[in-house]
Amino acid sequence: MFDNIDLSLVNWSRGQFALTALYHWLFVPLTLGLSFIIAMMETIYVRTGNEEWKRIVKFWMTLFGINFAIGVATGIILEFEFGTNWSNYSWFVGDIFGAPLAIEGIMAFFIESTFIAVMFFGWNKVSKKFHLASTWLVAIGANLSALWILVANAWMQLPVGMQFNPDNARNEMVNFWEVFLSPVAATKFIHTITSGFVLGSVFVIGISAWFILKKREPVLAQRSILIAAVFGLLSSFVLIFTGDSSARQVARIQPMKFAAMEGLYRGQDQAGLVVIGVLSAQRGDTINIKNKDFIFSIEIPRILSYMTSGSFDVFIPGINDLLYGNAEQGVISAQEKIDRGRIARQTLADFKKAKDNGSREEYEALKAKFYDPGFKEEYFRYFGYGFLNDINSIVPNVPLTFYSFHIMVVLGFYFVLFFILFLFFAFRDKLGNKRFLLRLAVITIPLAYIATMLGWIVAEVGRQPWTIQDLLPVVAATSHIDAASVQVTFWLFAALFTALLIAEVQIMFKQIRSGPKEGGK
Amino acid sequence: MFRFIKNCSENILRAIKNIIRFYLDGFRSMTVGKTLWIIILIKLFILFAVLKIFFFPDFLKSRFDTDVEKGNYVLEELSNP
Repeated sequence: MFDNIDLSLVNWSRGQFALTALYHWLFVPLTLGLSFIIAMMETIYVRTGNEEWKRIVKFWMTLFGINFAIGVATGIILEFEFGTNWSNYSWFVGDIFGAPLAIEGIMAFFIESTFIAVMFFGWNKVSKKFHLASTWLVAIGANLSALWILVANAWMQLPVGMQFNPDNARNEMVNFWEVFLSPVAATKFIHTITSGFVLGSVFVIGISAWFILKKREPVLAQRSILIAAVFGLLSSFVLIFTGDSSARQVARIQPMKFAAMEGLYRGQDQAGLVVIGVLSAQRGDTINIKNKDFIFSIEIPRILSYMTSGSFDVFIPGINDLLYGNAEQGVISAQEKIDRGRIARQTLADFKKAKDNGSREEYEALKAKFYDPGFKEEYFRYFGYGFLNDINSIVPNVPLTFYSFHIMVVLGFYFVLFFILFLFFAFRDKLGNKRFLLRLAVITIPLAYIATMLGWIVAEVGRQPWTIQDLLPVVAATSHIDAASVQVTFWLFAALFTALLIAEVQIMFKQIRSGPKEGGK
Repeated sequence: MFRFIKNCSENILRAIKNIIRFYLDGFRSMTVGKTLWIIILIKLFILFAVLKIFFFPDFLKSRFDTDVEKGNYVLEELSNP
């Protein structure tokens, strides 16, 4: 059946999901980061009573409001796509995905939407402390919204806390806490929100730098840069720390993604870390390829082994080891996984036949297999491989994953330097002379967006072909619908989101150019 | 007792009126917000009244009435070699 599936349907569905997710993500990180920066600024206002701080808070709050309003509900489109384009997937994961998303809707969204009204309409109508509490609750609510989505996403990278029920072909949650406290969820949440904090900080510094370049609003610019540089610098350290933890997790639970991130074709003991490199165009020829296939690279010997395991000598499997197996290192080949996955699928087919025929004994015996820990460990964990015909289909797009990862990491370290420089010159009150640095700050705003987008590309492109790691590949997750209808909606979304983006940029630019309103009252 | 209930209901009504006035005043005093609300409403209309209805029907819901039927369909999809 899946041999005959229209690959253009799968690819257009994937493209559409990527398009909507990336456009949605254009709006989210600024909300996550700027909300906390505003809350910190307002805290200073409430503590000092200085009206200039109120004026600063109101200015950034207006930009926050523009971004929030344009971005709100853009994520709902992803849910539409689950139901229409990815119906097998939606059914297969329903209970697991439903719970976190329902909690997000009930808890986080209501906190966010209730207190955002107080935040914008409540100046001089509610007490200063109540207003401040509302601003903090908006920031916390926005980040809690992200938490539940990321818990759901983390489950797709590391499916835990569930039991597959063959009767209804669904995974049912058996341990909420295992899903919620999954190590991937914790790391992913902190890494993602801190990327938003960094982006928010870069945004504030970039716009403040523009004001200094234009010789306008020196007090607003100086104070905003100080707050944002401190917040950005602290967030950057957490971002790098969680990025490192995340990479170690990927090496353990998604070794193929890790090999693609590092451009590692043949596994190595004492593997070196490629700091920068240019991949050769030889990809596809996985048998004759060298250990690492670079035209040019700068590598730190043995560091990759150390970073992933704490030992300089540990073996890191490459793409070829994962494809063809490596008995010496205990790496199972892709073909072996495919065979095991086919046994799991055949068991499911036999179960369905027994159910349809009313063979009670056979039905009970086959159903019991899906609850048997041995069967789950040996066969069902490779269920998704049973849909694949070609071992090479488990290799993601290596250049895209490799470059996205490396550019993201380079930008991550650049942001640390960026915040240090701004903090240093802001403290010495010498930013006005540093025109190059100020211009660099303006240019850095899009770089922060690029870095956060690249993070998602690494996370999602790097785990292809899976919608749920090892359990459900994209070819088995799609609905049997007409590819043309997906193409139509793809372009509709492209037009809608581009219009929204243009609207946001125009309104935002207009608001920035007009600057803060006079007086903080 | 009657007076207590009357006082309570008056307080609740006053609170509701205050909340409504709070929102109305807020909306009236908006400047950039008015443009943003127009964008939000147009966006929500496109999302729910156009895209959801005409382009994004729920694949399983539009074909099957019960969860059992949906489950059987997906089971067939996942197990058919």
